[in-house]
Amino acid sequence: MTPKVEVRDLRVFFGGEEALRGVSLDIAANRILGVIGPAGSAKTTFLRALDRMNELKAGCRTAGRVLVDGEDVYGPACDPVALRKRVGMVFAMPVPLPLSIYENVVYGPRLNGVRNKAELDGLVEECLRAAFLWDEVKDRLGGSGLKLSGGQQQRLCLARTLAMRPELILLDEPCSGLDPISTARIEEALSLLKERHTIVLVTNNTKQAARASDETAFFLMGELVEMGPTGRIFTNPSDKRTEDYVTGRFG
Amino acid sequence: MNAHRASQRVAVSILAAATFLCLAIVAFVIGFVLEKGLPQLSWEFLFTKPRDMGKAGGILPAIVGTLALSLMAIAVALPLGVGTAVYLAEYTRETRVTKVIRFGTDCLAGIPSIIFGLFGYIFFVTTLKMGWSLIAGALTLAIMVLPTLIRTSEEAIRSVPQSWREVSMSLGATRWETVRKVVLPNALPGIVTGVMLSFGRSIGETAAVIFTAGSSFRLPKSAFDSARTLAVHFYILAREGISTDKAYGTAAVLVIAVLAVNGLTYALMGGFMKRKAR
Ligand SMILES: Nc1ncnc2c1ncn2[C@@H]1O[C@H](COP(=O)(O)OP(=O)(O)OP(=O)(O)O)[C@@H](O)[C@H]1O
Ligand SMILES: [Mg+2]
Repeated sequence: MTPKVEVRDLRVFFGGEEALRGVSLDIAANRILGVIGPAGSAKTTFLRALDRMNELKAGCRTAGRVLVDGEDVYGPACDPVALRKRVGMVFAMPVPLPLSIYENVVYGPRLNGVRNKAELDGLVEECLRAAFLWDEVKDRLGGSGLKLSGGQQQRLCLARTLAMRPELILLDEPCSGLDPISTARIEEALSLLKERHTIVLVTNNTKQAARASDETAFFLMGELVEMGPTGRIFTNPSDKRTEDYVTGRFG
Repeated sequence: MNAHRASQRVAVSILAAATFLCLAIVAFVIGFVLEKGLPQLSWEFLFTKPRDMGKAGGILPAIVGTLALSLMAIAVALPLGVGTAVYLAEYTRETRVTKVIRFGTDCLAGIPSIIFGLFGYIFFVTTLKMGWSLIAGALTLAIMVLPTLIRTSEEAIRSVPQSWREVSMSLGATRWETVRKVVLPNALPGIVTGVMLSFGRSIGETAAVIFTAGSSFRLPKSAFDSARTLAVHFYILAREGISTDKAYGTAAVLVIAVLAVNGLTYALMGGFMKRKAR
């Protein structure tokens, strides 16, 4: 089976600084790829390179290739706006837009021209349920998204991303700052979502990667050290540095 | 220890005194004008035309002229100003060119209004053959308030959190859709403040207006008619010694109008803040 995403010698520069140093890997369809690594190892940079979000920052340059379904997203034929409609992203800090809960969820679909009220209503319920948030907010969909708790906001952001029906979902530390219950809910949501989506999950929490991901990639200082099935990475890594990191002996 | 406390007390007293002095001066000026002017106000004064060069009668044409001129000026300046601000804040990276543009607008903001009046006279009234007219006056005022409008709008736009833009773009919005749906609605309070400030400045402007809109005290019937604003009317009444009483009456109306505009701005801001905090 051909992989959903093929990354080839991907490099990202901020000014003259090379933050991501030639990463190559494949992401299989309908799987969860966990990305782990210490702070500053370019996990976020890697993730944002997949849907061309890095280029919104001044002084950023990208080299190498990212193929999604065989199409080079850095090729001249690729429109970044169209790409971002296919690739959803949830940021490390939950950022609800200053709109109601309802309007947050339908932001993407509205951009795509969905006007039908019944269709939007159905989408809101479906996505909020998938993000395990529906029961907590179903009575106040018109209330501001900013008034939710941090954990609820993060699930709202997940629902908002799901509403675009993305093929590929990129999650940047979606559970940092969340309590164990919210974390468990998000992980539960992800395990159901991979039936229809391909997921990349960046996490600072190695235990989460061990629990939630099918494959794990270990980043260190902008380089991919090792990638493989999650079970093997955590029990029998081939690189000493990976072993040190996953056993917590790092540093 | 005691010395510290004493110096602290002296500093606070001086600051409080300065604040009080400012308030007292403002209150005195407004009180003075209102005390002399309010007795002149009547329905007749507000809603009839002046007679006998302004010695008698009312100030209706000046009220109409002031409103028409200021509204037309804002109508011209608003799209230009907000458009420029959006372009500078959203579509350009900070370069030497944007610094030059910003420096230029700041310089423009510091130019005395009589220079704008002179420019408007030479360019709009004479060269473009508009004559003394509302339109020439409004265009001149528009140029005069443009820097304020650009600056306040740009600041309002920049104060919208970057993360909201990122989220919008990550959901597949173009930059323009992001500006429309996220940036402008949330910059609106700041933009409205700029508009109100500009409106207040237009209402009170004299020098830039007298050279461009003229001082006819007939009721203007079209944008190409000359008109007299309250400020110009006041200036002429006082300067030519036509009627001190009517001058104070006009001044009172002017002061009330400016206070009303500012009050409205605050009320609107309060409403925005409440809606945001909801
Ligand atoms: N906008 C930027 N400008 C300059 N350098 C940047 C920028 N963003 C990231 N970097 C640099 O790129 C490197 C990788 O950063 P990145 O945010 O990808 O790390 P990370 O693995 O996500 O770390 P964390 O676990 O703390 O989130 C860092 O050295 C950082 O300083
Ligand atoms: Mg990060």
